[in-house]
Amino acid sequence: MYGKGLKPLSIATVAMIALALSLVFFYAPLDGDQGFIQKIFYLHVPLAMTALVGFIVGGVFAIAHLRTDNRKWDAYSYVAIHISVIFGVAVLITGAIWAKASWGHWWVWNEPTLVSFLIVFLMYATYYPFRYAIEDRDRQARYASVFAITAGAFVPLNFMAVRMAQSLVHPRVFATSNGGLPGEMLVVFLCCLVAMALLWMTLVKFELTAKSASGQVKRLRRALDAPASTGTSRIAPEVS
Amino acid sequence: MMLPLGAPALPLDEAGKYVAGAYVVFVVLLVVYVAIMAMKLQRIERELREVAEIAEGNKGSQAAPGREAEEAAPRV
Repeated sequence: MYGKGLKPLSIATVAMIALALSLVFFYAPLDGDQGFIQKIFYLHVPLAMTALVGFIVGGVFAIAHLRTDNRKWDAYSYVAIHISVIFGVAVLITGAIWAKASWGHWWVWNEPTLVSFLIVFLMYATYYPFRYAIEDRDRQARYASVFAITAGAFVPLNFMAVRMAQSLVHPRVFATSNGGLPGEMLVVFLCCLVAMALLWMTLVKFELTAKSASGQVKRLRRALDAPASTGTSRIAPEVS
Repeated sequence: MMLPLGAPALPLDEAGKYVAGAYVVFVVLLVVYVAIMAMKLQRIERELREVAEIAEGNKGSQAAPGREAEEAAPRV
């Protein structure tokens, strides 16, 4: 059920990533200030945006879980957060490499964008121990959903706070006046953003399919071990 | 989003190392994730094989009395 459409999605993702990388290295002009090092921007920023949106999507799925009490949405929420955390690791590492090349330091503590992303990342890193500290599966799903909603609401608030903070180091790329991206760079950037969004969707679908298969095998084993106590049918994959 | 400013552009040979590093990190993370998922898939496959063996065993034990009765029946 969860694997439906995974193959065309995977093909589209690979094609889009190949196109995006080609555009980054063969089409996008060199940045006047940063030169070649600015190519990291096309990887780092789409990864960051996808991760942040993924966290919010995880919160939206958690709302659906609390509203319907359907475990399927809890699985969606868990997997969305899980993949976004992996993207978050990539954001932090690529950001550190870019910072080292541009500023000469792996990390700059007085830069609001960096620190705010680290705070969001560390907050979501606590999702796993929080979730698995609760043994009862229903309570676990409910509490994890509350966490996902609260943390998901924090993400846009945090983003807005950083936007409002005045930093001399980070100009706005999508600003209408200073620091806006020129046309060719914007096209390449949007391609990269679509590629990362597709990658995120593919990995979410892949993870859900694997979890669903694993859950169904466990159910089958339980049914075979105790034929008399066959439980109710559950479509949602078990999150373990 | 934002771009770091206030630093002179690095020469291509030096910048190339950092750019390559960033993209390699991304690919390595992706490969590690796929490898972990491949291991999970192998585990699911193994469990599925075990479940199939159990199911076949159950089927065999249920079918056995029938086969005995069939063998005991006189052939016409």
